[in-house]
Amino acid sequence: MANFSSDPSFPPPRRLKPWKAVERGLAKVGISGKALVLIAPVLWLLVFFLIPLALVFGISLATKQFGRPPYSPLLTTEDGTVQLTLHLSNYIKLFSDNLYVAAYLSSIRIAFISTVITLIVGYPMAYAIARAPDPWRNVLLMLVVLPFFTSFLLRIYALTGFMRGNGLINQFLGLFGIEPLVMMQTDFAVYVGLIYSYLPFMILPLYTTLVKLDVALIEASADLGSRPWQTFMSITLPLSLPGIIAGSLLVFIPAVGEYVIPALLGGPETLMIGRVLWDEFFGATNWPRASAVAVAMLAVVVVPIMLLQKAQNAMVEK
Amino acid sequence: MRRGWFLPIAATLGFSFLYAPIISMVVFSFNENRLVTVWSGFSTKWYGELFNDPQMLGAAWLSLQIAAISATIALVLGTLAAVALVRFRSFRGRTLFSGMVSAPMVMPDVITGLSMLLLFVAMESLLGWPAGRGMLTIVIAHSTFAMAYICVVVQSRLADFDRSVEEAAMDLGASPLRTFFDITLPIIAPALVSGWLLGFTLSLDDLVIASFVSGPGSSTLPMVIFSKVKLGVSPDVNALATIIVAIVATGVLIATLIQLRSKPKRARP
Amino acid sequence: MAKKPLIAADTRPWRDPSATPFVRIRNITKKFGDVAAVHDVSLDIFKSELFCLLGGSGSGKSTLLRMLAGFETPTSGTIEIDGQDMTHVAPYNRPVNMMFQSYALFPHMNVEQNIAYGLKRDGLPKPEIADRVAELLTLVKLQDYGARKPHQLSGGQRQRVALARALAKRPKLLLLDEPLGALDKKLREETQFELVKIQETLGVTFIVVTHDQEEAMSLATRIGVMNQGEIAMIGEPTDIYEFPNSKFVAGFIGSVNMVEGVVTEDEPGHVRLRSAEMGCDIYVGHGVECAPDQILSWAIRPEKVMLSRDKPDAPFDANVTKGVVEDIGYLGDMSVYQVLLDSGKRLRVTQTNTVRGNPDAITWDEPVYVTWNDTSGSVLTV
Repeated sequence: MANFSSDPSFPPPRRLKPWKAVERGLAKVGISGKALVLIAPVLWLLVFFLIPLALVFGISLATKQFGRPPYSPLLTTEDGTVQLTLHLSNYIKLFSDNLYVAAYLSSIRIAFISTVITLIVGYPMAYAIARAPDPWRNVLLMLVVLPFFTSFLLRIYALTGFMRGNGLINQFLGLFGIEPLVMMQTDFAVYVGLIYSYLPFMILPLYTTLVKLDVALIEASADLGSRPWQTFMSITLPLSLPGIIAGSLLVFIPAVGEYVIPALLGGPETLMIGRVLWDEFFGATNWPRASAVAVAMLAVVVVPIMLLQKAQNAMVEK
Repeated sequence: MRRGWFLPIAATLGFSFLYAPIISMVVFSFNENRLVTVWSGFSTKWYGELFNDPQMLGAAWLSLQIAAISATIALVLGTLAAVALVRFRSFRGRTLFSGMVSAPMVMPDVITGLSMLLLFVAMESLLGWPAGRGMLTIVIAHSTFAMAYICVVVQSRLADFDRSVEEAAMDLGASPLRTFFDITLPIIAPALVSGWLLGFTLSLDDLVIASFVSGPGSSTLPMVIFSKVKLGVSPDVNALATIIVAIVATGVLIATLIQLRSKPKRARP
Repeated sequence: MAKKPLIAADTRPWRDPSATPFVRIRNITKKFGDVAAVHDVSLDIFKSELFCLLGGSGSGKSTLLRMLAGFETPTSGTIEIDGQDMTHVAPYNRPVNMMFQSYALFPHMNVEQNIAYGLKRDGLPKPEIADRVAELLTLVKLQDYGARKPHQLSGGQRQRVALARALAKRPKLLLLDEPLGALDKKLREETQFELVKIQETLGVTFIVVTHDQEEAMSLATRIGVMNQGEIAMIGEPTDIYEFPNSKFVAGFIGSVNMVEGVVTEDEPGHVRLRSAEMGCDIYVGHGVECAPDQILSWAIRPEKVMLSRDKPDAPFDANVTKGVVEDIGYLGDMSVYQVLLDSGKRLRVTQTNTVRGNPDAITWDEPVYVTWNDTSGSVLTV
């Protein structure tokens, strides 16, 4: 084969290569491509994610005071000595005041129950989508994602139109002469709101595992004598476990810290920790107390968050 | 395979649950009556009211600006993070980095909002920047959590594309940087577009974080809606919701059509 | 090469018109939408047979197998297994097991649990299940692999687990969908042999679906060649190869040279065709149902054609023509010659390399005579 570049009578045209120049220039200063890619996201996350979390921990150990900022400084310099003052009062209050303990427990309970119901509602939907014939599958999947792109807040608002005293459900019941039900400002409404909002988060990871499930496995199980229900329990369910875990955590974690849903749909007695944090911050302007509540909330979700990352990694690898 | 009746019924009920409230909201946006769910005649007066509400319009404009800017910042950062996670198999602190990238995605909003606010307050008193809170601080906060979502989207696209295409480019004499711009970027472009749109929507949708880090005079659209909704029924919110649904539906329809057009038809076996 | 199941020539049940078939497929049609994947297929399969359904992709062979397993319901027709109508019986109630093309091993269960799965569904007591699993592991020579997960096994081992799992319930009928398709060539030949041995020992009726004609030829007691949803021919491997009933079967199995000719003599004991394509007369040493001047196809296998430098005898003044060697493909055991006839037709001829490094072999560009016996070719009317 002819090699033009090595042919002396055929010199290659000299062209400026801007990319090469940039790379060489950077290499001279000692910056590799790798470092260049990493530096921006690492710095950003350090400053705007890690340090803020550290601040939450720090300020949870301060006390409220009047002024700007509205909390006591942790470090004070007095006569040349640096003094570190840590207050545990916020945490003591958190554990001793029934309000906080109740909010904490009821958040976990509400989040857990709605996660289970969302799973029960979402699983058959995800399964139906995964088994739908080809053109339908994408349409249905789109229908799951679509509400996510309309405003979350507006969808919650839409629910109130259904559940309020003169809302659609009660109007419908009224046709049969049934007394209007009180749904708004109850825990029931909060459950409905959580399930409604987080259903797509449950369906998507479930769908991802279920669509990858080889139909031949289901057939093999039937071939070996399993009735449909037995096949579901012994093959489908265990093999979709990563999706169940990921979906459940994706619902549970934000549900624990949810503010908007209990604020709009719940009653005054619906205690949720996200709402408590909000009220401490905006109502009582007690920033240290709010920070302590955030730390307590973090303690609930940190294990689920780590589990979620593991489950997601497992799903990506498979 | 034999098909049961259970799955279709469950799916139908599930989708009705997802869509009935949205559809009723659209229908009642054309209701004349102030009592939102009592029908008394067709009217478009709430749309008129919506477009004559300077507070609502101002908030909408602010939200759109914030969404566009933060989606763009998040796209750059998220793509860089995704490239690092997929292409650099091992570097020091990789586990910490991957945890940090995805954590903002699942962190409860109230924690993210509070922590960001504490940072901005501390920075202001130490550095004098950012002076006060408003659009800038909201943009920073939204970029951070949108970046996590975009990173995941781009990551999955990067993970399942054929690396030999890149290797071929390098074999033909392209430098790594050149390869990235000539080969990698065009291939992952669809993921970048959907990532940007996702970031845009997330920003436009956020109430909690924005409430923490916004300052006086910088109320975003969700904040205005929230204060209206908290007070009770407001029919113009129905109108606003209908407009959003219409925009989203059109967008999705166009995206689907483009996708169908560009997808090569696969031969059936 | 695998050995065929031992069914002595005189006991081949399909040759006995009074024998009762074990699987009786009657006028089965399966439509997907408007397309008939299987069209009006009738087929009898006898006990302890190793029957191969052979066909290309889209021929309907897999659909037919899936109807036997119960995964597809026929649009019309009936399937009877061991005298019982199975047409509408659910897969989990059929005395039939299947070995899947992808093996379909349950990834979350180890080898033992996979094999035990069907037995557990039958509610067998635990010790009995354990015994049976051990027995099967021995049968497929995987005694030490019981605790492994499928992803820790090689392709060949997975194939054997799939076989053991399908055999565990002692099915009356075992269906195998491309059982050797995923294995490499060497392993495939070994496994063919083992598969036949196991089938022979257990006496279970096997129905194998394959697209690989060599596999079908070496495994099967009988082959059903499928084409476009219909059965093109049913017969023993030698029948299918040597006496194809149609141009399709002749072309599908092995390679073949096919030409057309005009009937010039039509006698009870022989037929003579004049073939412009061959550049000579073709003398066929048996009677054929045809009319004078009818145009017929005639097919001959490459190995039945002989090449020579000297003009051979032509007893009937036929079956000899001339050409030039255009190309030679050396395959080791034999060589494939492409001979360009004077008529412009290209013939494929194979010759066994019986002499090592033969310096006298016919080579490129040599003019050669081409000849064949009067019983070597087949006349095909359809």
